[in-house]
Amino acid sequence: MKKLIAAFTLALSLGALAYAAEPAKAPAAPGAPAAMTAPAASPTAPAVAAPSATPAAPAATPAPAAPLKKEIKANKVITIGMFAVIIAITMSVVVWAAKRTKTAADFYAAGGGITGTQNGWAIAGDYMSAASFLGISGMISLYGYDGFMYSVGWLVAYITVLLIVAEPCRNAGKYTLGDILSFRTEPKPVRAVAAISTVAVSTFYLTAQMVGAGKLMALLVGVPYKTAIIGVGILMIGYVVFGGMTATTWVQIIKAGLLMSGAFLLSVLVMAKAGFNPIGFFSDIVNSPNIQDHVSKLLLKDGITMTGTDAGQRFLEPALFMKAPLDQISLGMALVLGTAGMPHILMRFFTVPTAQAARKSVIIAMWIIGGFYVLTTLLGFGAAINVTPQVISSVDAGGNMATLLLAQQLGSDISPIVGDIFLAFLCSVAFATILAVVSGLVLAASAAIAHDIYVNVIKDGHADQHEQVMAARVTSLCVGAVGIVIGIAAEKQNVAHLVALAFAVASSGNLPVVVMSLFWRKFNTAGVISGLLVGTIASIGLVMVSPNMTYPKTVAAGAKKIVAAMEKKQAALPPGATLDEKDLKALDKARKDYETNKDGKSILGLDAPILKLKNPGIFSIPLGFLAAIIGTLAFPSRRSEEMFDEIYVRQNTGIGMAKAIDH
Amino acid sequence: MAEKQYDWAAIAKNPKFVELHHKKSAFLFGWWIFSTVYYFLLPIGAAYAPGLFKVKVIGVINFGYVFALSQFFVSWGLAHYYAHVANKDFDRLTRELVDELK
Repeated sequence: MKKLIAAFTLALSLGALAYAAEPAKAPAAPGAPAAMTAPAASPTAPAVAAPSATPAAPAATPAPAAPLKKEIKANKVITIGMFAVIIAITMSVVVWAAKRTKTAADFYAAGGGITGTQNGWAIAGDYMSAASFLGISGMISLYGYDGFMYSVGWLVAYITVLLIVAEPCRNAGKYTLGDILSFRTEPKPVRAVAAISTVAVSTFYLTAQMVGAGKLMALLVGVPYKTAIIGVGILMIGYVVFGGMTATTWVQIIKAGLLMSGAFLLSVLVMAKAGFNPIGFFSDIVNSPNIQDHVSKLLLKDGITMTGTDAGQRFLEPALFMKAPLDQISLGMALVLGTAGMPHILMRFFTVPTAQAARKSVIIAMWIIGGFYVLTTLLGFGAAINVTPQVISSVDAGGNMATLLLAQQLGSDISPIVGDIFLAFLCSVAFATILAVVSGLVLAASAAIAHDIYVNVIKDGHADQHEQVMAARVTSLCVGAVGIVIGIAAEKQNVAHLVALAFAVASSGNLPVVVMSLFWRKFNTAGVISGLLVGTIASIGLVMVSPNMTYPKTVAAGAKKIVAAMEKKQAALPPGATLDEKDLKALDKARKDYETNKDGKSILGLDAPILKLKNPGIFSIPLGFLAAIIGTLAFPSRRSEEMFDEIYVRQNTGIGMAKAIDH
Repeated sequence: MAEKQYDWAAIAKNPKFVELHHKKSAFLFGWWIFSTVYYFLLPIGAAYAPGLFKVKVIGVINFGYVFALSQFFVSWGLAHYYAHVANKDFDRLTRELVDELK
């Protein structure tokens, strides 16, 4: 049994790897940013967009008005210097935290000694990935309104956290998801399954973050990909293994502070350009000839002709980017329910002493996160006005470099060295962001393996504090090492959909069972297990048959179109003339793509996706709930029903909570 | 650790707890549904009522922008309203209940 569970957990981690091993998607739709699924959901967007967009570039961007070739290279000395400062500060926090980390409660929950305000900043730091920072502003800079609309769900998600899970989890929980779910059920199987889902969610998210980190660092500072991953991995392991939750919390607080200062400073510069006049700022957008031209070109692809201020105005209206409403609604469901089911977010509520502090921390986090997204609008639109969409998409097709280009430009307007410093500062914000998010994920995954599986399933809960902390440290080291290996292995893979997948699993697997554990009297072991398994498997399965996967036949069809277009171009040339080198290369590549892909099948042997949606939430969430309900009713348990009063009183009032802290 | 043994079933029937439970459930689920419906009006509206989103409100700023921005203020407002009610009512009832059990 024990071996089986260990093997299953391992298999799942490897599964994520195999999953990521899905070949990088060839750009089927020219011009579409690679980060289509969840442009922002994925910090990897820069990553994915950069390599895969290159071959498509000739076809995708025939002639942006004036493709000023612009490079984004941070000043190495200044940037590395700032990185060193961040590393030095966070490492001294680790030394300080390590001395305070003696018990399991210290390691997993910072001894319950984090204040509401601190936890609020840490939640924001844990939650806002490089995707929020770079991806959303990039999306706004290229597609205007849709990017802004996209950001809303990430904040609204916290209403669910605030009203439904934060305080009950503080009152009834201890360190992990498994603690809450096993309260009135058979602890062993429930903990094992809860650990599997936690590890799955964390691994998906971690893989996406690691690959994004490597690509971003390579792009910004010119560090080789592997070096970047190993560097980030070692720091992350250092924070978690030695400093546990205390160090992770402070890394997240520092990151949130840096992120907010960067966003605020840049927003002030943007508004200064617009004379601090918001209405004038929006008029600038509508009247910008570059934006108008960019929108005209976007619309032309759909066969619509629009020019001048009409096109400029169109930038402030929906559906330049999100053309599949059902997919957006499905993603919205995954966000609104998934955030509250994310193990690394849930875990943050065990670090505060009371339900009041948990409540306060969510409200503070909501102000920081919401404030950040409002500033992001200014950054995105500011980049569109000042840097222009043409330049932004020439540097990175997904727009992920918009904020950084903006910083470089607005800084340089003051003086070149200010531009360098500002860009270096924002690069270090991105660096701190990556560190904070990956540390939180490693901690959550390690807690599930060490606390749920090792201590409670394998050792039956008989482990002294020393052994528990030791187990937690060893596990974190292993999880971190696996993270590095997966990060390196997945370099060339398409990982953009993994963040969306993590949210899908959290919303379809974790959230239904957490809510039912806290609020439904009849809920029991069978319900937890069937809910978690069906929710998790349905999410993964639906993504496997969705357009997120690579379908060679689709790739071949795309390549065939390029071949046809190029041949037509050649035919139109005067006799004797040949295509230029760029076109010849594209033709050659398209022919090869066609040959290699024409008989291929997707990873599951499909010719085309069965599910048309990229986000499975709209199907997998109801399935998760339904499975939990059917499982519960099929195998009623009197003990679970009798114990409902206890968990219900506890979660509402916090009576008996001291036990949860210092047990 | 000497842990006080509680009679959970008795507490669950305590009138104070019943009052807390009723007030809290009504508030939490009611407002959660409100905020969820309000949120989904955004993607649904953008997809199926684009004409409405294009209506200019102030200068070139249109209804869609104002509506998306309002989502932030509604969320913040709701969070503070909840904190207000929880600090005033729910925490008070909880304290009274805990005192009664001592």
